[in-house]
Amino acid sequence: MVKYILQRVGYMIITLFIVTTLTFFLMKLIPGSPFNNFEKLTEVQREILLDKYGLNEPLPVQYYQYMVNMVKGDLGISFQFDNTPVTKLIANRIGPSAQLGLQAMIVGAVLGIFLGVIAALKQNTWIDYGSTFIAVVGKSVPSFIFAGLLQYYVSVKLGWLPVMLWKGPEYTILPTIALAMFPISIAARFMRTEMIEVLGSDYITLARAKGASRWQISVKHALRNALIPVVTVMGPLAVSLMTGSLVIEQIFGIPGLGEQFVKSINMNDYPVIMGTNILFAVLFVVVILIVDILYGIIDPRIRISGGKAK
Amino acid sequence: MKKSKLSLLLVLSLVLSMFLAACSGGDKEETGKNEGKNNAGSEEQLADKQELNVLESAEIPTMDSVMGQDTLSFTTLNAVNEGLYRLDADQKVIPGVADGMPTYNDDKSVLTIKLKQDLKWSNGEPITAKDFVFAWQRAIDPKVAAPYGAYFMEGKIKNASEIVAGTAKLEDLGIVAKDDYTLEITLVRALPYIESYLTFPLFYPQNQKYFEEQGADYAKDAAHLLYNGPFKMTKWDGPTGTEWVLEKNADYWNAKETTLEKINFNVSKDPQASANAYTAGEADITPKLAQAAILSQFEGADDLLRYQEPSIWWLKMNEKNPALKNVNIRKAIALSVDKKALVDDVLANGSIAADFLVPKGFSFDTNNKDFRDTAGTYLSTDKEEAKKLWEQGLKETGLKEVSFTYVGQDTETSKVTDAFIKDQLEKNLPGLKITIEAVPFKIRIAREDAEDYDLLMGGWGPDYADPMTYMDLWVTGGGQNHMSYGNPEFDKLIKSANEELVATPDDRWKALQDAEKILLEDDAAIAPLYQRSVNILINPKVKGFAHHAFGPDYSYQWIKITK
Repeated sequence: MVKYILQRVGYMIITLFIVTTLTFFLMKLIPGSPFNNFEKLTEVQREILLDKYGLNEPLPVQYYQYMVNMVKGDLGISFQFDNTPVTKLIANRIGPSAQLGLQAMIVGAVLGIFLGVIAALKQNTWIDYGSTFIAVVGKSVPSFIFAGLLQYYVSVKLGWLPVMLWKGPEYTILPTIALAMFPISIAARFMRTEMIEVLGSDYITLARAKGASRWQISVKHALRNALIPVVTVMGPLAVSLMTGSLVIEQIFGIPGLGEQFVKSINMNDYPVIMGTNILFAVLFVVVILIVDILYGIIDPRIRISGGKAK
Repeated sequence: MKKSKLSLLLVLSLVLSMFLAACSGGDKEETGKNEGKNNAGSEEQLADKQELNVLESAEIPTMDSVMGQDTLSFTTLNAVNEGLYRLDADQKVIPGVADGMPTYNDDKSVLTIKLKQDLKWSNGEPITAKDFVFAWQRAIDPKVAAPYGAYFMEGKIKNASEIVAGTAKLEDLGIVAKDDYTLEITLVRALPYIESYLTFPLFYPQNQKYFEEQGADYAKDAAHLLYNGPFKMTKWDGPTGTEWVLEKNADYWNAKETTLEKINFNVSKDPQASANAYTAGEADITPKLAQAAILSQFEGADDLLRYQEPSIWWLKMNEKNPALKNVNIRKAIALSVDKKALVDDVLANGSIAADFLVPKGFSFDTNNKDFRDTAGTYLSTDKEEAKKLWEQGLKETGLKEVSFTYVGQDTETSKVTDAFIKDQLEKNLPGLKITIEAVPFKIRIAREDAEDYDLLMGGWGPDYADPMTYMDLWVTGGGQNHMSYGNPEFDKLIKSANEELVATPDDRWKALQDAEKILLEDDAAIAPLYQRSVNILINPKVKGFAHHAFGPDYSYQWIKITK
C-alpha cells in the first residue's frame, strides 16, 4: 500500500510539472499585455513596466525563474492587484469557494444517492419517474438559471433570504442549492443505474435465498457495490465545485476563486493564471488518488495492496 | 428515447416560462412613484441613520494614489484623500489642500500654490508641500513604474520626460516646496486645463515618513494608509477584498459639510443580481448597468439615474487597406449606419447618436459654453449619399467587391452592436462583405496596436477635461492612431493648439473645432457612432450624489439621506 502511494505521488509530481510547463507557455501565447491602459503608453513607458515585472527576459529565462520561485513557494505578484502576492490572493479567495463547493457536494451526494437508491428500489413507479425528472432537470438546466430563479423568487419576491453577498450561514443557502442541482442529478442517475444492475446480480439473489431482509440486502450488499461509479465521477466533480463556479459566484456576489480565475485569464494576469492553475492541478491529482484508495475501502475486490483479501 | 426528449422539452419550457415571468414581473413594482419630489427648495428632513450601501462591480486594484490606473481606485481615493484641488458637483474646480486657486507667471508656465495650514493626516502629521513633492517624484520614478506616472507627466511637467529617459534626476522634476506651505510647479509649457488636471489622484500628496515606515506594507489594507479626505477607510482587506467601509473623517477641514456617517461597499459583478439586491432594499446605489433587458424594468422610475458620460464609440478604418485609403469609401461607411436605430433599438440604454468626436457635456470654453454647442455636427446618417459615394469610391479604386475584417469585442453589448453595423453596411453598400471577429478586450487592443484589422469598433474615455484628450489621438504617426491616418493640416492645428495658441484660449478652441471638422467632415478618418450613457439605480432618498466626467466617477461627500 505504502509503495503504491509513493509510486502514485511520483507520477503526480511528473503530472504537475507537465501541467505547469504547458500552462506557462500556452499562457504566453495569449496576445495582449497584462497591464491596464497599456495602449495609452509610449514605448519607453512600456519598457519601464515590462522591466519591472521581468517580462522583458527571454521566455526560457522567465520560465526558469518561475519554476525556481515556485519550488520555494513564491508564486509571484498579481499584475491587476497592485502589490498583492498570488498566494495571498488564493488564500483569501479559496475559503468561500471551498465551503460552497463542499456544501453543494454534500447536499448533492446525499440527496442524489438517496434519490437514485429509492428510484432503483421502486423501479417504474411514480417515485422512480419523479427522481428521474429531478435528475433530468438538474442535468440539463444550467446552474445560473436556478440561481436567477432562486434569487428572484426566494429573496426578492418572498424576502426569505438575502439576495446576495457572503456574510453568514444564511447567505450560503441559495448558492448551495443552485450549485447542488448538478451533483444531485449526476449522483441520482449513476446510482439508479448501478443499483438496478447490482440488484439483478447473482450474489443478491443468493442473499435473498439466505433470507436476508430487504433492508439488509439493499444497504449492506447492493449499496456498497453500487457506490463505486458514483465515487469515480464525484471525486473530480468535487474538485471543480470547490475551486469555484464563475456564474454562481457572480450572481450571488461571493468572493470566490472561480470568478478570479476567469478574470485573470481575460486580464493576462500571468502569475494568477499560473497560481490558480497549479492549485487546481494539485487538488485534482490528490482527489484522484483519494478516489483510487477509496475504491479499495468500498469494494474489497479491487483492493490494491495485493495483501490479504477477505 | 422519445419519452425522455419530450420530458426534457417540457421541463425546459416550464423553467423558461418561469424565468420569463420573473423578468416581466419586475416592472410593475418598481414604478411606484417616490415621495420627496414635490418639496424642492424646502429643507428636506434628514434620516436618522446617515448610512449608505453601495454596490461596486469590481475590487479596488490599489489605494496607493501613485499606482492608480482605474476609475474605482480614483473614486475611492477621491473619497478618502484630497489633492490640491477637487471637482465639485458641477465639475467646477474647487480648492482642496490648496488655499485658493494658483497664481501664474506671465507665460502661465509656472504656478505658485499656497496650501492651507494646520491640515493633518489621519496620524496627526501635518500636511505640507513636501508631501506633494514626494508623491510626484515617486510617480515619475522609473523604479516605481507607476502605470499613469509618465503618461500624465511627460511633456507637461518640467523634466518629466528627461527623468524617464534617464537624463535628469528626480529632484529636477518641476515641483518644488518653497516652504512648508508653498508649492511651485513648473510646466513644460502653459496648459489651459492645468487646474482640472491637478484634481487627478496621481497628483495627491503622500507622507514620506509614513511611507518609509510602512515599507512594502504601504497601502496593503485600510490600516496601512493615511487619510486626509472627507472619509476614512475603516475596513478593507487589500486589493482582493470585496467589501470595504468608509466612515466620516471628523478631522477633515471641511467636515461640517459632510452629513453622511458611513458607506458600506460590496462587490457585485452580475448586473441583474445588483438590480435584484437594489429591489430587495439591500443596496442604495448599484454599479453601472448597461443591459437593456434590465433597464427596461426600471424605465421611467425615480430610481433610475441616467446621464451621458464622455465615452465615445467609433468605427476605426484602417487606411493600410487600399479600399479604406479612399476617402469616399470611408465616408460611405460612416454615413451608412443608422445611428439613431443603433442607440434607440439596439443599445436602448439612453446612449445618444454621435455626429461628432468630442463628447457632449465635457469641455467648456471661456464663456462656459459646451464645446459641442459651438462646433458643428458631421457625418450624420445619410444612406442615399452613402450609396453615391460608395459607387464613386469603387470607381476610383477600380474595385468591384470589397471584403473587410471587422474586429469587435466579445461582450454581449458588442456582439449585438457589431451584428447591427454589419447588417447596415452590407445592405446599404452593394458588393461589401464584412467578417466579424469577436475577441476579448486585450486582444482587440493588441490587434489595434498591430493594425491587424480593416474595421475596428473601439472607444475612448478622457484623461483630462479638454478636447485635446480626443483630438491628439489622430496626429500623423501618433501613439493612438493605429490606422495609418495622416493629414498635415490636422497636425498643424493640433500643434498650434498645444503651443502658440495656449495663451489665447478662444483661438485655441477654434483651432480644435476646425481640426475636428477636418478629421470628420473632410477626411472621415473615423466613423463616430455613439456617446455612451451611464445608468445606475439610486435610492430616491439619497440626495446630493455627484458624478464626474473624468478621473473619479463619483463624489460621496455631499450626499444626504432624507426621510
